[in-house]
Amino acid sequence: MSDIKKFMFVNRKAPHGTIYALESLEVVLITAAFDQDVSLVFLDDGVYQLKKGQQTKGIETKNFSPAYRALEGYDIEKLYVEKESLEARGLSEEDLLVDVTVLGRAEMGELMDQQDVVLSF
Amino acid sequence: MSNIEVNGKSYETDEEGYLVNLADWNTDVANYIAKTENVDMTDQHWEVINFLREYFEEYQIAPAVRVLTKAIGKKLGADKGNSEYLYGLFPYGPGKQACKIAGLPKPTGCV
Amino acid sequence: MLHIINKSPLTHSALESCLRVAQSGEILLIEDAVYAATSGNAFEGKIREAMGRFKVYVLQPDLEARGLADRIIAGVSPVDYGGFVDLAAANKNCQSWL
Repeated sequence: MSDIKKFMFVNRKAPHGTIYALESLEVVLITAAFDQDVSLVFLDDGVYQLKKGQQTKGIETKNFSPAYRALEGYDIEKLYVEKESLEARGLSEEDLLVDVTVLGRAEMGELMDQQDVVLSF
Repeated sequence: MSNIEVNGKSYETDEEGYLVNLADWNTDVANYIAKTENVDMTDQHWEVINFLREYFEEYQIAPAVRVLTKAIGKKLGADKGNSEYLYGLFPYGPGKQACKIAGLPKPTGCV
Repeated sequence: MLHIINKSPLTHSALESCLRVAQSGEILLIEDAVYAATSGNAFEGKIREAMGRFKVYVLQPDLEARGLADRIIAGVSPVDYGGFVDLAAANKNCQSWL
């Protein structure tokens, strides 16, 4: 049990415009196999990754947003969203496609400080 | 890229035999792929294949074996949600082999 | 002149720079710039202000991909790919603010 480390994935990019969001999600799904203590954080434009109702047919790319709802099955249940980032984008918790914990920036900073490994996307 | 031919129709696959276009899948194609994998399809096999297709429909990813096992246990009962049962049906892995027959991509994280 | 922006206004300065330098014309928001066309975004005020000098368009398929087709700021016009081509053809020149 002492081998378990606290991993945090910090997502700060909007989906679709760049490959970061999808790459992060894939790394998270792979990492899930290693039974670590994983937290996902969504900050800045990264909160857009969790927006409900994404329909990518028109831009002919893979819609990977449903996969965020599969995270629970991968035992990844710690999802954190920064309150200020949501507000700056006119979004609220109800706009998101998964259950998350909304944290203020100070709490978010504290949570980051507690991690063993932080991976930024 | 390669192709498989089923009932006179040609389907594109990757070098490992996974269907390139998810929409190409049908039960005849599944039976054909199963035969190439030496899997005799029974109702129990179809139950897993159909489960995988439903999972993909909902989440747009093929589940990792561990996740699949747990989810099958939840839906079809603990006697089926374990690796002995699933590897019994798909000796080369319920992830790799069953996904191939189900016409899904290889599960993320599977090498 | 048609100004094309493809970066989120809250992450990059492209749209800000465009609005600072360009005096008038048409602006088309595509890719991650479509977030600028959504109500409640912190950039909304600046877009509203810009609408006095510019005609502002947003690429609908990019908005749909991001789940925000129902949040367009009033006065911003959605266009499809055909509309994109029409805009490019109707303007003497265009600039992509990469």
